[in-house]
Amino acid sequence: MWREVYLWSPAEPSPRSGPAESDRLPSGLGECWRLPAPPNPTLSELFAAHARDAGWAGFLLAQVDTSKPLLWVQDRMAILESGRIHPPGLPSRNLVHVEARDARDALWAMEEGVRCSGLSAVIGEIWGDPKALDFTATRRLAVASERSGTPCWLVRLGATANLSGARTRWRVASAPSLANALDPRAPGLSAWDAELFRARGYPPGRWSLTHEADRFHLVAASGDRALGEGERLTA
Amino acid sequence: MPHLAIERWAKESDLPPDAPAVLTVEGTHGLIIHAVTAAAATRGARPGTRLTDARALDPSLVAIPADPAGDQAALERFARWSSRWSPLVEVDGDGLRLDVSGVAHLFGGEDSLVRDIRRRFAKAGFSTRVAIAPTAAAAWAFSHFGGDDLAALHVSALRLAPDTVRTLERLGLKTIGALLDMPRLALARRFKDGDNVIDALDRLVGRKAEPLTAAPIDPPPRAALRLEEPATHPEAAPQALERLIPDLVRQLQQRHLGARRLSIIGYRVDGSLAAASVATTISSREPKHLQRLLADKAAALDPEFGFDAFALTAEWTEELGAAQDSLVEEPSSERELARLIDRLTVKLGPGRVCRPQTEESHLPERASGWGPAISSPAFAGEDERVRTAPSSPAAAHREARRRGPSTSCAGPPPLEIEGRTTRPQRLLDRPEAIDVIYATPEGMPRRFMWRRAVHDIARVEGPERIAPEWWRQPSSARLRDYYRVEDDSGRRYWIYREGLIGDGRGGAPGWFLHGLFG
Repeated sequence: MWREVYLWSPAEPSPRSGPAESDRLPSGLGECWRLPAPPNPTLSELFAAHARDAGWAGFLLAQVDTSKPLLWVQDRMAILESGRIHPPGLPSRNLVHVEARDARDALWAMEEGVRCSGLSAVIGEIWGDPKALDFTATRRLAVASERSGTPCWLVRLGATANLSGARTRWRVASAPSLANALDPRAPGLSAWDAELFRARGYPPGRWSLTHEADRFHLVAASGDRALGEGERLTA
Repeated sequence: MPHLAIERWAKESDLPPDAPAVLTVEGTHGLIIHAVTAAAATRGARPGTRLTDARALDPSLVAIPADPAGDQAALERFARWSSRWSPLVEVDGDGLRLDVSGVAHLFGGEDSLVRDIRRRFAKAGFSTRVAIAPTAAAAWAFSHFGGDDLAALHVSALRLAPDTVRTLERLGLKTIGALLDMPRLALARRFKDGDNVIDALDRLVGRKAEPLTAAPIDPPPRAALRLEEPATHPEAAPQALERLIPDLVRQLQQRHLGARRLSIIGYRVDGSLAAASVATTISSREPKHLQRLLADKAAALDPEFGFDAFALTAEWTEELGAAQDSLVEEPSSERELARLIDRLTVKLGPGRVCRPQTEESHLPERASGWGPAISSPAFAGEDERVRTAPSSPAAAHREARRRGPSTSCAGPPPLEIEGRTTRPQRLLDRPEAIDVIYATPEGMPRRFMWRRAVHDIARVEGPERIAPEWWRQPSSARLRDYYRVEDDSGRRYWIYREGLIGDGRGGAPGWFLHGLFG
């Protein structure tokens, strides 16, 4: 799950990055760095910054291995509010989609999926803060995922970050896309504002990222876009 | 089925239906007519006569070799099909024999059963003569010779050899009634060897049983368990399941089958049933998997006054050879996935566990639909993607120009440009109407309001025009111009304008939000 990240402009340096982590966290331009990810597959939680913002999907799909089928679970409210997944837009059509009636069914389906060795990842979208989704439920998912080696992503839409057993917790928002070389008026490469606000073994941090050809790139924060535009360093 | 051969031929031939055709078989002295069409019958052709004789009457007859083996196969197929009326069906000469004792009331009496049989065969294009009688021999006689008085029928209705029939005729015994009036002893003495007339008479009136040997059908693998005492506790069914499954799996193993659908039936003491069934994605005879699938369903069976028997049936099976994945028990990931789909489907229902299905269409919501995962074919090799990525943007442009503005008759639109998909990751089930400020008539959108929130459009790409599918949509369907838009905070959406101003298909064009990009 380790991904190499090449940066070309620091976004917002983590306020708590101590000297011990300096070899892991980005500190300057052009430095090779990896996106903080646990060494073994486990449960990660992803909060959409806004319910109508599907930016997290791009961030998540960039990290998912699609050599084997995906199990994608959506509860009813998630489908109503932010749409059903659309296979032509996904990196792989090889997936199984589950439309769960409520959070309890969704969590059950995710747990069944995590225990299955034939999947490359399980992605579950749950709307709001249902009662069924408590610390015990997330902890169960995390343990099951670590035991079977199937990564599990719990996506929370319109939710608050309560107590959770997830090993890493991200909050992702869309950021203005990069310049489109072919058409200046058109949206370019997608970019995200990703905030890692809890991770075991990593200090939290916040980055502006984009993903291209198998790698994440740090990009200038949207305010500095004009400045950072020409300064891309090739890794 | 009196005209099976000729009707079967008429269904498959391309000659006009009123052609004077005859089907022929090889006889000792040349071709013999086997069956005739109605047109040929009016010109003097009769089954059993020689073709040359019939040709002498009318030289325009068309002779076609008959296919008795095919007729026989068709008859056997009909026999299997006829099990819809009765479980006991037998091919009998040129017809079918159904044991309908205790069956007729299911179809509203014997008359309506006969009507139903006639109607369904007629629908398939075959004429039938149907008769119901207390004995099989009588039914045969009525169906072949008609009438409603057994005694008035000719003696050949007894299915005796032609020689015997001729002898009886010479003795003046022309009808069955005349034969029945004769003393049995005299008849038995007269027809000692050869065809037994007494025997045929006994079969006809029911003095001698004529059991029906039904067409052999493999019974589905079934395991049953009878309890000494009715069990009323709710765990009875799961406990019975634990004992039934090894039994069923053994049967499946012996017959090299794997179950695709299983049903468990609990027989209650008061004569009622409780049943539940589960289906599997790939055929399986893995006891643990089947147990897991059925456990919940079995636990939900209501014992009411108590179960006194259980039956577990593999209703739908498929060939499954003895398979071993590896020496260590490590199931293949494909089978694991199939089992996962089974478990999810059993709990959530087949409509909720889906796999993508593609359809030849340009409308995004139609082109990529969803189908139940449990009934989708093998999922290996489904990873191929619709991909017409041109090598360069210029090539893409040329490609687009070559296809013309309406892409509805060319191949699929280029879904990928420069390695990036042009389709959103998420699609709303129903496009939602939005208010858009845009440069009329066909300008770019500037700002839109979706779910009561205003989005200022910072970047926009489009339009991608998708024409309505005139061959299936009403003529009032309007074209769609899709735009990929990005608002000032970076959220990307897929919106479209339906229709053009002055396209004659309604008023001002409407705008809809259809998808969200990640």
